[in-house]
Amino acid sequence: MSDNRYDRLEAAKPMIECREVHKYYGDYHALRGIDLTIRAGEFFSLLGPSGCGKTTLLRTIAGFEDIDSGVVLIDGKHMEDVPANKRPTNMVFQSYAIFPHLTVAENVAFGLRRDPRTKAEKAQLVEEALAMVGLKGYGARAAHALSGGQRQRVALARALILKPKVLLLDEPLSALDRKMREQMQVELIKLQRQVGITFVLVTHDQEEALVMSDRIAVMFEGQIAQLDGPEALYARPATRRVANFIGVMNFLPANVVSETDGVVTVEVPGLGMVELPEKQISRANPDDDGPTIGFRPETMTIVPANQTHTQPRETNATIDEVVYYGDMTYYDLRLEGAEGPNGQKARPVRISMRNVFGRDVPEVGTRVRVAWSPGSLVLFR
Amino acid sequence: MAKASWDKEARQGLTLISPPFIYALLVLAAPILTILTYSFLTDGYLTVVRDFTWDNYIYAWTDPIVRMVMLRSLAVSALVTLVTVALAFPVAYYVSFMVRPERKSMWLFLITIPFWTSYLIRVFLWKVILGYNGVINSSLTGLGIIDEPLTFILYNVNSIVLTLAHAYAPFAILPIFIALEKIDRSLLEAGRDLGESKAMTFWRVTLPLAMPGVIAATMIVFIPTIGDYVTPELIGGGKIPMIANLIQVQMLALDDRPKGSALAVSAMLIVAVVCLIFLFLNRRFLKVRQ
Amino acid sequence: MSKRRFEGSGLRIYTVLYLLFLYAPIILLPLFAFNSGTIIAFPLEGFTMKWFDLMIGNATLRQALFNSLTIAVSASILATCLGIFAARASTRFEFPGKAGIMGFIMLPMVLPEIIVAMSLLVVLLGMGVQLSILTVIVGHTLMCMPYAIAVLSTAFGTLDKSLEEAAYDLGETKWSAFRLVTLPLVMPGIISSLLISFTISLDEFIIAFFLAGNQPTLPTYIFSQLRFPKAIPMIMALGTVLVALSIILLALGEYFRRRGNARIGAKPTGGFL
Repeated sequence: MSDNRYDRLEAAKPMIECREVHKYYGDYHALRGIDLTIRAGEFFSLLGPSGCGKTTLLRTIAGFEDIDSGVVLIDGKHMEDVPANKRPTNMVFQSYAIFPHLTVAENVAFGLRRDPRTKAEKAQLVEEALAMVGLKGYGARAAHALSGGQRQRVALARALILKPKVLLLDEPLSALDRKMREQMQVELIKLQRQVGITFVLVTHDQEEALVMSDRIAVMFEGQIAQLDGPEALYARPATRRVANFIGVMNFLPANVVSETDGVVTVEVPGLGMVELPEKQISRANPDDDGPTIGFRPETMTIVPANQTHTQPRETNATIDEVVYYGDMTYYDLRLEGAEGPNGQKARPVRISMRNVFGRDVPEVGTRVRVAWSPGSLVLFR
Repeated sequence: MAKASWDKEARQGLTLISPPFIYALLVLAAPILTILTYSFLTDGYLTVVRDFTWDNYIYAWTDPIVRMVMLRSLAVSALVTLVTVALAFPVAYYVSFMVRPERKSMWLFLITIPFWTSYLIRVFLWKVILGYNGVINSSLTGLGIIDEPLTFILYNVNSIVLTLAHAYAPFAILPIFIALEKIDRSLLEAGRDLGESKAMTFWRVTLPLAMPGVIAATMIVFIPTIGDYVTPELIGGGKIPMIANLIQVQMLALDDRPKGSALAVSAMLIVAVVCLIFLFLNRRFLKVRQ
Repeated sequence: MSKRRFEGSGLRIYTVLYLLFLYAPIILLPLFAFNSGTIIAFPLEGFTMKWFDLMIGNATLRQALFNSLTIAVSASILATCLGIFAARASTRFEFPGKAGIMGFIMLPMVLPEIIVAMSLLVVLLGMGVQLSILTVIVGHTLMCMPYAIAVLSTAFGTLDKSLEEAAYDLGETKWSAFRLVTLPLVMPGIISSLLISFTISLDEFIIAFFLAGNQPTLPTYIFSQLRFPKAIPMIMALGTVLVALSIILLALGEYFRRRGNARIGAKPTGGFL
């Protein structure tokens, strides 16, 4: 994912455009005005909890669902009257939908039935497609005898052999076990780079979306909450809900002290006075209970007793809970100065630190110094 | 606009269902509505007069012979149902709980085979088994156990019950078997684990969970037996008519369609009411399904 | 452990006895079919094939068999075709009144046959329709349809909806997707439905008895002969042949079902219902 790729995608033509797309199931408003542009050659993810409309949106692009209003364009063409079997898209289904009565090769060749090429040429194409997904020589096998990972590869080969402009993937990795899933994530990225086709992936797994995508649209209740690259999404979530859905974020109440030239100064109990530039402010949170400061667990670290500054700011805290994870340890801390007005205990914040061999894990109740940087804070207001 | 997507699916579904639905309307609903109409009309000689009357129902509900036959039909069906379901439960239990999984379908196959052989011949063979010179009597006399053939086993209600219990056996076994198969085996272990004996676990866990199957079996056996025509005709020797035979006699032999129709409608009503009462009494168990 | 064994064996003995009860009439059939005595009673007299010869030479029986086969083939095809519509509609679509419509179509399964037969007869006679094997086909199609739907719904219901979508997505039309993917996958279900409908129709007595006019079918012919003691040994021979045929048909149906399952990798399950 070099800058080169990023710039190239930035300049690429739009492949899929959705404008004000609405979809109802009876009285249920499944898609509420989706506006979205996916660029050619992009690995794009639709991420959200179940029932957020991500699969509906994917099936709308594929042509399996009619929309009630709005426009869908693929490669600049209106899709209103184009049924799924005529669209330049192909799909990898969540269940893989491998035809159980056909062999692997027959499955892969399924979409070539109306292709004018000769049998030999088609067989050649099938061989190439199988080799591409790492199933060389599997052609004669019965489809129902395959493992989950192999089925997924057949589904990929079957869709890619038709050279679609867009490949749609509906939670393709959710049926695999963890090891297999991680392996397939890497393979899918490689495959996408190799064929250069636009991939649109639906997933509820934030990690998967962050690992694989060029850009991600986070969806809640039929609407896109944020559309950004993985780094921006993680570091600068647009709303508290997005922040909570992607990873863990600590929230602390903040008082806005002053605002000049876009720079906001806030007073945060436990952290003190902080100046935040415009790029660290998310302004899309009208219904939340007042301004809130958010930070990720790994942006705050415990300073070993014999060391001095590692980051610009330091605060004192007491360890409330220690959860050991092998490579990592999570600490729940009570920041000093964050106590309530009537002396209530401070609400704990969670930080995470990589375990270093030979260094002791501090115990519960220890008073420690923690270091952090104002640059890693986000203000929601 | 908002309902567009749902309407499309509904339209497709209704289009698809219409051929079988229209067929059932024409061949089932229309005839039943016709006899419902007939049952309120007056019988003329070789024709039906279009005069509204309650007489047919007064006949169907007050005539002593009709009442006797109706009560006998109900009693026979109830007895058949009780016997069939009670005999079938242990078999279903055995196949579901004691037979190894890969051999279950073989056992079911064995149980269903007799059901697929000619109903008439099966019924008739019971007559052969139970008859005056039948298998039982000739064996018993041959062995010198009895001198005179037993007569109480043929041409009476007992033989009708036995024959029908045989005819509807698979109908009773299969629903119970399916209900037993659905029971999560760990529930039984939980019952034992919580301190119940084997018998009490059966009583408090297995049986309530199997009830939907038992109820289905009861209905599946009860409904067709009350309308059975062949067995009273063959086994009962025509001397012990049930309601189906009476309907046939009124409709065809006496050619009194309105009275026959009133009998048929009354029989349907009785069946429906009995089923509803049964479902009502057992609604507690039926909830188990969901 | 030994206690459990004992319980199991008690139940096992009961079940075997129960099976004996189920098979008792069928075991007797061949005994009397090959018995040279004219009275159906023990002791048996001697071995003979003459009842089978008599059966083969009987012209009315041939006519009845031909009628029954015509009826059973027609009714099973009609019921299965109608059943395919209903099964697909009920497993793939939601529409208003679905439960009511499906319940109504399945009604013949629980309605006393005599009522179906009588009401149909009254209407047909009222309309002046000539009773023939055609009217029996109409009635049998109605009776077989719920069984066909039950079998086909299982076949359609276990099918992954996205298989057809995948075919459509890969460029097939709705119809060719159905033909290339759905149809081959539900074929075992269709064959089962045909077999079950065929067997039910072949054995159905009441509707045939009242709606066939003066045309004989196998069951009505058998019924008419049961009154004559002299005809009974031949009926035993006929019954033997019918039982053998039923078992062969059933075994065939089961074989196809298993092969179909094996082909698509499904686990072997239940059986007929």
